[in-house]
Amino acid sequence: MKKELIELRVNGRTYELAIESSKLLLDVLRQDLDLTGSKRGCDESSCGACTVLVDGIPMLSCALLAASCEGQEITTVEGVSEHGSLAAIQKAYGDWGGSQCGFCTPGFMMTVKHLIAENDEPTDADIRAALSGNLCRCTGYEQMYQAIKSAIDAERRGSGVAQ
Amino acid sequence: MSDFSIIGKPIAMVDAAGKTTGAGKYTDDLSVAGMLYGKILHSPHPHARIVRVDTSRAAKLPGVVAVVTGKDAPNPYGILPVGHDERAMALDKVRYVGDNVACVAAETEFIAEQALELIDVEYEVLPAYFDPEESMKAQSDFIHDNKPQNIEKDYHHVFGDPDKAFTEADYVAEARFIAQEVTHAAMEPHSTLASFEIDSQTGKPGRLTVWSSTQVPYYLQHKLSLVLEMPMSQIRVIKPLVGGGFGGKSEVIPLEIIAAVAARAAQKPVKITYTREEVFLAHRGRPRTIVDLKTGVKNDGSITAVKARVIQDGGAYCSYGVVTILYSGALLGALYDIPNIQYDGYRVLTNKPVCGAMRGHGTVNVRFAFESQLDEIALQLKMDSAEIRRRNLLKAPCITVNGLRVQSYGLPECIAQVVTRSQWNERKGKLPKSRGLGIACSHYVSGAANSIIRSDMPHSTVNIKIDRDGGIVVYTGASDIGQGSDTMVAQIAAEVLGCSMARVKVIAADTDLTPIDIGSYSSRVTFMNGNATLRAAQDVKKQIATAAARKMDCTLDDLIFRDDVVVNKRAPVAATPANGSQPTVVHAEASVSGRVEGQILRGSLQQKRKDEGPKARLSFEEAVVAAIDFHGALSGTGSYAPPPEARGGKHKGAGVGPSPAYSYSAQVAEVSVDEETGEVTVHKVWASHDCGRALNPTSVEGQIIGSVWMGMGQALTEEMVWKDGLLMNPGLLEYRSPSSVESPVVEAIIVESVDPEGPFGAKEASEGSLAATIPAIANAIYDAVGIRLRESPFTPERVLSALRAKKKQKHINLTEGVDPTAPTTFREHGGSLCFKGKGPERHALDPARREAQVATGGAD
Repeated sequence: MKKELIELRVNGRTYELAIESSKLLLDVLRQDLDLTGSKRGCDESSCGACTVLVDGIPMLSCALLAASCEGQEITTVEGVSEHGSLAAIQKAYGDWGGSQCGFCTPGFMMTVKHLIAENDEPTDADIRAALSGNLCRCTGYEQMYQAIKSAIDAERRGSGVAQ
Repeated sequence: MSDFSIIGKPIAMVDAAGKTTGAGKYTDDLSVAGMLYGKILHSPHPHARIVRVDTSRAAKLPGVVAVVTGKDAPNPYGILPVGHDERAMALDKVRYVGDNVACVAAETEFIAEQALELIDVEYEVLPAYFDPEESMKAQSDFIHDNKPQNIEKDYHHVFGDPDKAFTEADYVAEARFIAQEVTHAAMEPHSTLASFEIDSQTGKPGRLTVWSSTQVPYYLQHKLSLVLEMPMSQIRVIKPLVGGGFGGKSEVIPLEIIAAVAARAAQKPVKITYTREEVFLAHRGRPRTIVDLKTGVKNDGSITAVKARVIQDGGAYCSYGVVTILYSGALLGALYDIPNIQYDGYRVLTNKPVCGAMRGHGTVNVRFAFESQLDEIALQLKMDSAEIRRRNLLKAPCITVNGLRVQSYGLPECIAQVVTRSQWNERKGKLPKSRGLGIACSHYVSGAANSIIRSDMPHSTVNIKIDRDGGIVVYTGASDIGQGSDTMVAQIAAEVLGCSMARVKVIAADTDLTPIDIGSYSSRVTFMNGNATLRAAQDVKKQIATAAARKMDCTLDDLIFRDDVVVNKRAPVAATPANGSQPTVVHAEASVSGRVEGQILRGSLQQKRKDEGPKARLSFEEAVVAAIDFHGALSGTGSYAPPPEARGGKHKGAGVGPSPAYSYSAQVAEVSVDEETGEVTVHKVWASHDCGRALNPTSVEGQIIGSVWMGMGQALTEEMVWKDGLLMNPGLLEYRSPSSVESPVVEAIIVESVDPEGPFGAKEASEGSLAATIPAIANAIYDAVGIRLRESPFTPERVLSALRAKKKQKHINLTEGVDPTAPTTFREHGGSLCFKGKGPERHALDPARREAQVATGGAD
């Protein structure tokens, strides 16, 4: 298939890429940019493991054509760390057991990052609703709620330390 | 005894940051130079003879490097030595929709997929069997020629005198329970990357390296060796991060073998990653189980006898089937005191994807039946349903009637905990309308006492190497699949050696580097690999202590390893060198100065220290350097084999069920039922779990919550729906694994019974809690609305029809005349990637087809 040249902004960097116009954003991230943090967990946009932020909004990168994302700011899990160290939510997920096998975690990181940015005092119901598009098969989600609350606390205290 | 510095503390998993930053690599994240992509051609028929396979058109497609079929690797294999009935790809017959026929290795996935369409296969369709009870009546066209009546294996066990005990019972309950088939649906689809090195002498493919999403690297190495006819030493299996297993990766999955066969033919590395649909077809989940259960009790609630007849719909190959059907019987014991047991188990072959081991292997569906029936009995006897469980406790330590040795037994405490926390006594029977509480218990093995491959080999071996700067490297075969075994191993090594976690690096599950561990299944890793780690650490600690004791002029018993320091507990504080050059040190400083001394100033400082005379304390590095100077290298080995006393009885099939220790769980579920829609909502589950000792409470709670949650999925929504051997819901959306909004609050309660043989007293924590959830919910539904559901999952359809039956109302057909089992198109969401058409072609003699005709003939 004929390739076309596109420019993609990912995690604050601009990449010039020659890709097939039918190529999905997820495949471009994983194969062309070697950003393998975003995962493919299904074939039908139902698991959320490939979630990235497009202009700050969580989107499924397996359901987006890469070419359609030109001019938009894409953030993947690789772009969540701050100043070279773990963001509060990353640290909290580790400390509170929010991540077990970790395969769904990159997707959750993006969803939670958006949740916290939108609402710094989410209720339990808000958190559950926000996470409902991401599937996890290990944790039963419970320890994620604790992690999210602790990350919000930590951010409020202005430090990256949970607990 | 709680005087630990690392054990028992909530610790983030050692690989957590790799997972939260996306830096951690799973198999599909890996690629090597020149790598090809493999795609597998699957059978569209549930049962057919392969007349002809022609791959020539596919092989000619530009970009295709190799096309392989069953003839390229005809050796049979299987996870059990008694069940070598699978082949890399089908040779003569396909046995389920999704069976593997051929594989294309091509430069891109797209080309490989295109090439699949160019493979011509001629099939001769055979009658297929989908229902196990029908399959058992088969007279011809057996799924495997050597398995008449399509029975993979049947067992008939009698312990005690059940017949007599039933006559002595005051009340006998009897019913049929059915649990529908469920699957693991781990978030990571299976993936394998196989790469041959070119032999420098012959130029042919030589050593093989396989990266695979597996729970059992050593079994994979073993089966690859069988199929490829290569010595195990020429095969290296590496397990990268694994995105969940739950048993679905606990045996050799077809793509693991196929990738290697294709890589050999292509003479290039080949990676195959399953689509989600292929994951469902690879399956190996929990079989549909029919349990005919009979329980006899005295008026005081004590159980006199249990009789269970269990039929499992095992799918087309053996897999772990023989073990599953044995677990279903064996684990009737070791939870309660049951003096008489009769068990008849049938593992039946059908033309459907293969069932295997899934979290709570073998015990879950029978436990659902048993705990539901016990609840019915309690009601009949007008006894509290927590009380009837207390009346049947084992008197541990003991050996059960079926030969299981029980030592630590935290079940009484588990029951007490959930009764208190849920305010059972205060709230039971007093909740608002349509809301109820239910209780149930369960248990599970901490690893099987007998390995599936009979040998005297230890089940786990661990090596530890310590470097001059005090860095500890643990080489363990334990396969971390997300449960945290790497962290567990690091914790145990650090605890024994009295040093911080930061020193410990874990190298795991690489068959070239790590000693044999038989894998992550049957909840064996903490108990067995933990014990091996403990022993390896003790071994190396002894060497350090010997050298340190010489330096400190004391005996080994005088030394305490803790907080990165080795202290002579007998030395008076005043004996600390007081000559100014070595002030009494703070721990952190000790380690910094020690590292400097160890590496750079070692010689001169050691000389100086000799002049100073014996010391009262050494930093960990100083002690290590002393030992390395003495031994030349510092390494230790430990291994674990279950003791002979724990290995069970002598009867046929006695090998499955025995374990060195059993975990225990009790749960109370609070549910409400919408009587209009039949929808069940689980509000909260109180789950107590006796894990012996919680080495890492955060992880243990995570495992308990995860088990309860997965049990809830099986109880309410998850179900594999079949039509003519075709899976109708092969996607995560359609399979309906619960999302965060459907998930209850789970209060995990850790009970520590401190097992005498577990590492620091630890036992299993990852599986035992699952089985109690389903009956706890079933019992709560009865409490809420008075219906006894004997078939899981408890979907709105089943709940509603039971409610209407109870009220003697007319059954309503929710789907308005549309038979839900007869859809006209395959999959409503998205198309199938591997199945084309409306449904499999059916043979005229299919038993299920006859039944369908009868059903339509007798329309009412």
